Amino acid sequence: MAKSTEVKAKEKAKIERKGGRTWTIPDIVQVLDDEGRLLDEDLELELSKEDLRKMYRWMVTARVFDERALALQRQGRLGTYAPLSGQEAAQVGSAWALKPEDWMFPSYREHAVQAIRGQRWVDILTYWGGNEEGNRIPEGVNNFTISIPIATQVLHAVGVAWAAKLKGDRIASIVYFGDGATSEGDFHEGMNFAGVFQCPVVFFCQNNQYAISVPRTRQTASETLAQKAIAYGFEGVQVDGNDLLAVYQVTKEALEKARSGGGPTMIEAITYRLSHHTTADDWTRYRSKEEVEEWKQKDPIPRFRKYLESRDFWNEKDEERVWEEAKAEVAQAVEEYEKMPERDVEEIFKYTYAEMPWNLKEQLEELRAYLKERGQRETQEE
Amino acid sequence: MAQLTLVQAINDALKTEMRQDERVLVLGEDVGVDGGVFRATEGLLDEFGPDRVIDTPLAESGIVGTAIGMAVYGLRPVAEIQFDGFMPPAFDQIVSHAARIRWRSRGRYHVPLVIRAPYGGGIRALEHHSESPEAYYAHTPGLKVVIPSSPYEAKGLLIASIRDPDPVIFLEPKKIYRAFREEVPEDDYVVPLGQAKVLKEGSDVSVISWGYMARVSLEAVEQAEREGIHAEVIDLRTLSPLDIETVIESVAKTGRCVIAQESPLTCSFGAELMALVNDKALLYLKAPLVRVSGFDTTIPLYRLEEYYVPDAFRVLRGIRKAMQF
Repeated sequence: MAKSTEVKAKEKAKIERKGGRTWTIPDIVQVLDDEGRLLDEDLELELSKEDLRKMYRWMVTARVFDERALALQRQGRLGTYAPLSGQEAAQVGSAWALKPEDWMFPSYREHAVQAIRGQRWVDILTYWGGNEEGNRIPEGVNNFTISIPIATQVLHAVGVAWAAKLKGDRIASIVYFGDGATSEGDFHEGMNFAGVFQCPVVFFCQNNQYAISVPRTRQTASETLAQKAIAYGFEGVQVDGNDLLAVYQVTKEALEKARSGGGPTMIEAITYRLSHHTTADDWTRYRSKEEVEEWKQKDPIPRFRKYLESRDFWNEKDEERVWEEAKAEVAQAVEEYEKMPERDVEEIFKYTYAEMPWNLKEQLEELRAYLKERGQRETQEE
Repeated sequence: MAQLTLVQAINDALKTEMRQDERVLVLGEDVGVDGGVFRATEGLLDEFGPDRVIDTPLAESGIVGTAIGMAVYGLRPVAEIQFDGFMPPAFDQIVSHAARIRWRSRGRYHVPLVIRAPYGGGIRALEHHSESPEAYYAHTPGLKVVIPSSPYEAKGLLIASIRDPDPVIFLEPKKIYRAFREEVPEDDYVVPLGQAKVLKEGSDVSVISWGYMARVSLEAVEQAEREGIHAEVIDLRTLSPLDIETVIESVAKTGRCVIAQESPLTCSFGAELMALVNDKALLYLKAPLVRVSGFDTTIPLYRLEEYYVPDAFRVLRGIRKAMQF
């Protein structure tokens, strides 16, 4: 079953390949057209109705979360935040293909991937709300912590995949990064190591067209980002990043290949960041309203809803309910986030080493003494 | 017990630990077939095979970054950076990630990684082959910085570093890789991190140093002895975490302190030592602290190198200065 699905998706890409240059990247893999219709009527998906509905629900929840987080930041209730709107299909589709034993390395925009993999929305808010505790990954969840410096996490993902291979564990790791990251040295070193040592890793590039203000065309003269993989001796694939099913399919194949000893793959998911780079950014400075409007027409959420509706998996009532439930879920996360307990200043020092050395102990004591005196002074002033 | 050089002791430490802990592996440039450019990993490939002694592509950030992933996954990688001057390409991975992953993940993940690099001047090498970068790493929270000064110390400290749960920058004084031999036990032993060693006891002045400069200091102190000055020599062995007690005890006893280092002067580890002595032993001092140091310049190529790295007479002059105040 699984196999026939895979082959079909690939064949389609091959048939549409033009130019005949053997080193080229196949055409962009799509399963759905812009209206959510299957491009290949005979394509059999192994995803159940329940899976498909859940995936849609995750996309909706991610969108609601994103908009709420943006609003919280604007109200001064959250720190700087990196919105994901527009990239829900790329994130949900790829995350759905992962197994719990696989390892996931996010950059800083993969809130949906983190959540699907078992981090709670409240934890994600807690992190962006300036509390490191939000970065504490639950035991048993193989998510790595957020990496803010661009592309540095690529090497960590390769290292974990490499170690798993050396230990004989049949797992894969996946690493998320953006189009800008493909200009960084660590991206290239990671791709190179993965190719040389045939590490079971999937390089998942969300090409959302901009690295803050700098467009994709300024990052590289290459026709595609996926073709970087060719230089490192493995397969690169372009996929329509707003096509939930295509992303799922391509990622699943790449992960299976990795787990079964087939080595790395790079996936370039072509998508668009509908919002700002972060809340400290203003996208109107570097792109036109028309351009953004155009991509809004390609919003992955309504596109997938149309598909669900076409299969009678979804109706208006479901639609109404899913947004209500998502809002309630996010509202509860926000409520919990805002009840964040007071933190002890020891937490500044606590996790620097396994054992706290004398200098940190001294500095902590000094801070405590200062705070005690400051408290007394404030009491006197009252 | 065998008489080993420092580089042989490093080799012995790696073999010893790899034999008893299969999680330990070595990776770096030319560490496999070639046995390392200084032969520190000689024979390892034959004994442990290519999955545990890995010749990597020529990419320092790649070496350290992937080793971080391996360490997080439960292996105990020992990454070799071929020379001190090639550590900067890996700097981001070292200071932004290796050092912070325990902190960032609130202890969920940690990085038991050792990064070995030959360091320091004195071997008539090319540019970028004679650096003393210890202060960068000692400045970085989350890292440990270990520097042996003899074969015995090298083996025990390296084994302790590999067993440590946190990332260790292990700098090997290449000038004395083969300078002398010392008895090194064949079985495993550790020299615990964070403990300085009094190399020679004395009552007049404390000379604090590490790595190659610890040997130079011993030589200087012998000369001082002939002048009737009884100097104490402390080898820090670990710069981070620092054994402050041994330093302060010594300075409290002698009232005078000379710091001998071969790195540039400004913001060096010696500067931190001065600050600490000021904090903790000011009232014991009979004279201002003296720093004998490399200069605030790039270390010169080999024709001028001997004027940069302090020799025993420069340390002796420092001792005299402290005594004559």
